[in-house]
This record gives sequence, C-alpha cells and structure tokens, in this order.
Amino acid sequence: MKLWWKSGAPWVWLNAGAVAISIIMVVGLIGLIAVRGLSHFYPTEIVEFQVGDPELGLVQMVMGEHVRAETIPVPVARDAGIAVPPELSDDELVTRHLIKQGNRDVTGSDFAWYAELQMSEWQAPPDAMRLERREWGDFYGYALRVLEDGEVVAEGEGLWDTVQSRVARANTLYRELNRIERNDVGVISSEMEELRLRERALQREPDIEPATLQAQLGQIQDRQAILDQEFQTLRGEIDILRSELYRDTLVASVTGGQEVQIRIGDIVRAVQPNSLTLTAKAVEYVQQFWAFVSGEPREANTAGGIFPAIFGTVTMVLLMSMIVSPFGVLAAIYLREYATQGPLLRLIRISVYNLAGVPSIVYGVFGLGFFIYTMGGSIDQLFYSERLPSPTFGSPALIWASLTLALLTLPVVIVSTEEGLARIPSSVRHGSLALGATKSETLWKVVVPLATPAMMTGMILAIARAAGEVAPLMLVGVVKLAPTLPVDSTFPFIHLERQIMHLGFHIYDVGFQSPNVEAARPLVYATALVLVILIIVLNLTAISIRNRLRERYRAASD
Amino acid sequence: MTSMTTAPRPVASPARTPSGMKGVTFQVRDLNLYYGKEQALKSINLDIPRHKVTAFIGPSGCGKSTLLRCFNRMNDLVDVCRVEGQILLDGEDIYARGVDVAELRRKVGMVFQKPNPFPKSIYENVAYGLRLQGVNNKAVLDEVVERSLRGAALWDEVKDRLGDNAFGLSGGQQQRLVIARAIAIEPEVILLDEPASALDPISTLKIEELINELKDKYTILIVTHNMQQAARVSDYTAFMYLGDLVEYDETDKIFTEPAKKQTEDYITGRYG
Repeated sequence: MKLWWKSGAPWVWLNAGAVAISIIMVVGLIGLIAVRGLSHFYPTEIVEFQVGDPELGLVQMVMGEHVRAETIPVPVARDAGIAVPPELSDDELVTRHLIKQGNRDVTGSDFAWYAELQMSEWQAPPDAMRLERREWGDFYGYALRVLEDGEVVAEGEGLWDTVQSRVARANTLYRELNRIERNDVGVISSEMEELRLRERALQREPDIEPATLQAQLGQIQDRQAILDQEFQTLRGEIDILRSELYRDTLVASVTGGQEVQIRIGDIVRAVQPNSLTLTAKAVEYVQQFWAFVSGEPREANTAGGIFPAIFGTVTMVLLMSMIVSPFGVLAAIYLREYATQGPLLRLIRISVYNLAGVPSIVYGVFGLGFFIYTMGGSIDQLFYSERLPSPTFGSPALIWASLTLALLTLPVVIVSTEEGLARIPSSVRHGSLALGATKSETLWKVVVPLATPAMMTGMILAIARAAGEVAPLMLVGVVKLAPTLPVDSTFPFIHLERQIMHLGFHIYDVGFQSPNVEAARPLVYATALVLVILIIVLNLTAISIRNRLRERYRAASD
Repeated sequence: MTSMTTAPRPVASPARTPSGMKGVTFQVRDLNLYYGKEQALKSINLDIPRHKVTAFIGPSGCGKSTLLRCFNRMNDLVDVCRVEGQILLDGEDIYARGVDVAELRRKVGMVFQKPNPFPKSIYENVAYGLRLQGVNNKAVLDEVVERSLRGAALWDEVKDRLGDNAFGLSGGQQQRLVIARAIAIEPEVILLDEPASALDPISTLKIEELINELKDKYTILIVTHNMQQAARVSDYTAFMYLGDLVEYDETDKIFTEPAKKQTEDYITGRYG
C-alpha cells in the first residue's frame, strides 16, 4: 500500500478522474439538450381516453399527446382536487399524466393533468389528427369534410388526401402573400417614408427659394401619387390572394363530438401520427426540424421556428469578428513590436488583460450609454435630423450589439495575437533584416503571416464568447421579436440600424417570459441545441482555417 | 606584442594584414564593442581579403559571432550593444552617421546557424530580397531565382517544385536555399555564422563545396566551431579568445606553425 502511494499511481488516478468527470459533465450536458430538444420534433402518438367515473355517468373524452407522468402522494393529489378514493391511505402514491390536449380555442388551456385513477379506455385512434395552426396552437380531433366556398368537396374516402393537397395549396398562397407584403409593399412604404422625410427636410430648410421649394414639393407629391397608385394595385392583389387563401374550410370534430370549422388557410400542417409508418414518421421528423430552423416564430415565440434568431446571431457574430480582428491585431502589433517596453506599457497591458474579466453586463451598460446614446445620438443629429425625434442609430441596433461584443472580446484577440507574435523565432526576423528589409517590411511580410494561426485562435475564442453572450445584448440591440431581418433586398441591403433576434436571448425569452410554459419547454431545449451546434460550426470553421494556416507555417515554430 | 591578453585595457594594435593579400574588402580599425558595461570585442584590427574565405575560430563566447555581426550591423538589433571604432567597406565606414543599414545589408548578406527560410514558397524565398527592392517583373525574377538556386547548388533538387513551401525541404536544402536567398540580391560579401553546425555530414560537405565555388564571386566570412572545416574551406583564419584577436594569418600557417602558443593549444585540443 505504501509502495502504491509512492509509485505515483494515486496522482494518475486523480488526474484521470478529473478528466473523466469533465467528460461526463460535457457529454451529459450536450446529451440532455440533444435528447430533450430533438425528441420534440418526433410525431408523438395521439391518445384518447375517458376521464371521470363511468358508474356515475360523469365522463368526459380527452384527446391529445402524452407529455409525461409523475407520481404524487395522496394528500397532494387530494389538494390538487383529484377525487382519490377514500380507501387509499395517505402514504400511498397516485400517478398523474400531463396531456397536451391542444384546442385552446375550444377548451381554454392546451395542457392539463389527469390522474390515472380516473382514466379509462386508453386508445390511439388511427384517424386522429393533429393540425398545426398559425393561431390558437395545435388542434386535435377527427377530420369530417372539406368545404370549398361552403360546398362539400370531400368526405369519407379520399378526405385526407384532399386535406393534404388543400393545406399545401394554402401554404403556397400564404408564402406568396407574405412575400408581397414583405418585399413589394415594404419597398413602397420605405420609399414613401423617404419622401415624407425629404418633404420635412425641405420645409425646414431656412433659406430656400419659394419657387424651388414648390417645384421640389411638387415632384415629391407626383412621386407619392405614383407610389400610392402602385400600393392600391398591390392591395387589390393582396385582397384576391387572401380570399383565395381562406376559400377552403375543414370541418372537424373534437373528441366528444363537437364540430368545429377551421379555415385551411390557418393550417400550417396536418398529420395523422397514429397511422404513419416508420419511414413516414422519419420524413415528418425531418420536415418538422427543418420547419423549426427555417421558419419564423409564431404565437409569442412559443411555436414556429427560430430562423430570425439564427440569422441574427450569425450576422452579429460575423460583424463582430470583422470589427474586432483588425482592431485587436493592430493593437497587439503595436504593443508587441513598436511600443517601448516599460512600466507604462505594462500598465496598459494589464488593463487590457483585465478588461477580459469585466462582467459582460457592464459592457452592455457602456454600450447603451456610449455607443447608443452618445455615438448613435450624434449620428442621428448629424445625418438623420429630419427623422428626429424618432431615432435611427440612436436606439439599440445590430451595429451597437456588434460593437459592444467587439469591445468585450478585444482583450482575447489582443492577448492571443501578442502571444503569437512573441512566439515567432527571432531567426526568421533576422533573416529578413539581413536581406535589407526594414522593420515594417519584415513585420508585414514575414512576422504577421506567421502569427496568423495565433490570431485565428483569438478569433475562435472571441466567437465562442460572443455567440453565447446574452446579458449585454439585451441592452444594445437584441429584441424578442424583430419584424425584419438585418439583411434584405432593399438598399443598402445590410441594415445596421435594425434590431435583431438572438438565440441566447430567445432561450431566455421562451423559457422565462413565455405565457405558455409547457409549450415553450421543448423549444427551450431545441433552441439551446441549435445554439450549441451553431457555435460548434462557427468554431470548427475557424479551427479548420487555423489548421490550414498552421500546416503551411508548421516548421517555423519548431 | 606579447602578453596582450593581460593588458588592462587593450591599446590600438597595428592592423594585421597577412602576407599575400591582394584586394581588401573590409578594414577593421580599433573596433571595441560593449554589451552594457561588458566589453565583448577588444580593439580589433584586421583586414579581410577580397574573394577569399576568411574563417573565425575560437572557443564559445570569444566574440567571433559578435564580430561577424558587426560587418552587417546586425548588432544594432541588440539594445544594449555599443560599438566604437571603424569598419571600412571599400573605404567607407559602415558605422558612420547616415549610413543606410538596409543598403549595407544588401551588400553584406548573411546566413545563420539555423536555416531560417520564410513561410513562403521556395520561389518566393529566393525572390524576397528582390521584391523588397521593388522588382516584380516575372521574367527578371525567374532568371534570378534560377541563377541563385543554381549558384547554391539546389536547382536540380527543387526545379520541379518551386511553388512548394520551403519548410518541406530538408535542413541541408533549407540552408542552401537561405544561401540562394542571400546571393539573389548579389551582395559583395556573405557572412556565414556556423552555417553547417545544424546539419548532417553529407549536407555539411555540400555546403563546404558550395563555399569553395562561391568564393570566386564573393568575399566570404565564416564563423565555425569545427577546426577541420576551417582548415578545409578557408584561405585565412583568425583565432579569437575572450574578445581579443589572438592571431590572424593564412590558414595553412595557422594550422601548421601558429605563432602563438594559445593558438596552438586551441588547435591541438589542449585549450583550457
């Protein structure tokens, strides 16, 4: 035993144990998120059962998806209003099930607990369907018939195929409608807004000839008339599309027999999960997942997709990288190569390093106070005065979020670049100097290229930090729902003054600010999973670039 | 001229010009060099013959590398280094005020102990010096690169992969590449700081053959720890000890009948 202690084996075990625990924690974290997040998209079986006491004749049909079960002690169950038979003693347990019963428009709440004691005739009817709707959440029930302009077009045999084709048609129309409203109407209204601002600017101009003023105002009015005309045409198109969209109606019955009319234009997708084969379920799964990452959020972020958040996160991180890398690299080169080494430089260096330890919310406060109110406010005063008092750059925006994060990650980039520069062997520098190169020629042609892998390491750390940051972003440009993406087809294409959505903030918003906790729960995991995957992808890209650079410069750092 | 090493402060000694020297490239006059307060070179006086190989030998720390680095002012890179005295290159003092150091280093090329190619292709390594001078004409560069690589006896080995990264070459090839890089800008002088100490015997042999060929066109100064190498490649040899130039003469004479006992002890291995 004493020999064993002396041999050093305990240390090896201790170290290996630490590694093992770290691995278990990481795998557990990712695993939990992945399992919870990914299982959300699987088409769950729809169950139907009776609740109540059949002997007393007080029964009610319930239909929905089984979410989870839990066991609770009898007293708790009694407190919760469950009719527990009196012969059960207090130390026994009863099971209750959480059912997602949907139909918020009919029943009022889409999640409900039912005690197993009161449930009977549990079954999974093959023709039970789930409708994903644009409003009111999911619908569970049976399809009865399809109406077109009030006339029955399908019933019984072939009904489901008709439902599917009509839903597909409606979705196409909906996308078209959306496109027109977003793009065409958007272009017109932004030009209208511009004309209005120009008019205002002209009227505020102090020394303008009345004749010129009149002429220019006339021009503006002419243009406005044309735009108005175009807008009316589009309105007509939109009205036609909308009436086409809501042409068909699906008549369905909820469990228990009540008939409900649902406009097919409101349905996103219709599924009968109980009759799907395994392959069809897999296809459904992939489609659901794709809809999640490529779609837009609905119903206060508790349904639909997260595409704007993904897009916002990526745009912000890329913009941040573009800002932070030149600044950080140039600063590091000056600190390492040109500045006179001394107490002042040491002080500066310590300050820079310590910036990395400042809590991120402090950066958010700084960004709000300096970037938005001071810089953005000045920009508005100087260039957008006709729009005041409504701010253009003087409010939280993409550019301020990126700048704040750039500031936050600057120390990381500076430190890595400095370390990279310090590692370049002096023999390479001397080789260049001995050929008659000046110091700056040596620096830019030999030293900086050799230090690029280190700079990439800095970028990787910066990206990882920035993509996961939430607290400062809430102050400087991230919102729960941004109406438009920061990049689109209208000039100038990248709209730095727009607010964005962000995955990290989306998790917070869905998880903690959502009115519908149960519906939001799986989305929190799914969004977290997407965020993790996104950071991994961004990092892997940067790492592969770095490795390629390293490969190229491998021998020099031996 | 006896017991000079014990003198408290070296006095200017007359220039040593070994017999049989025709043209002179460098004239070193009363060169003193200090690292901070420590004196590393003590009143060095010597003449370096044109188009010959001059070797500097001596134990570690004797100042031979420091002296070599004076010839292209690489010592300027050391902050605490201070130089007194003169080094004349073709009659002009390279330590005079207003001398363009970059220009000087173009005339006096240098090859270091460890091969230090740049993280670029073989071609770009050789073209580096010319590109610094603003030469970007492809035809000119092609010609110079080929001539330099041939001059460094490397052309046949790399002519099919000029675009490959220089780090892919072996140590000996890298060292010859560095020599090619140095001769591409057509210097007058090449300084070699233990050029073969990091190489295997075969690569060393190639470098030595190369030195023999290069001396027709260039004045070569070489620092070496290896006395056989000095005997093989050099025409003149300087023996240094603790910052003093002890003896400087034709290589044959130094190795067969050295004038100083110190030199003899060192050469025969009884140094101590």
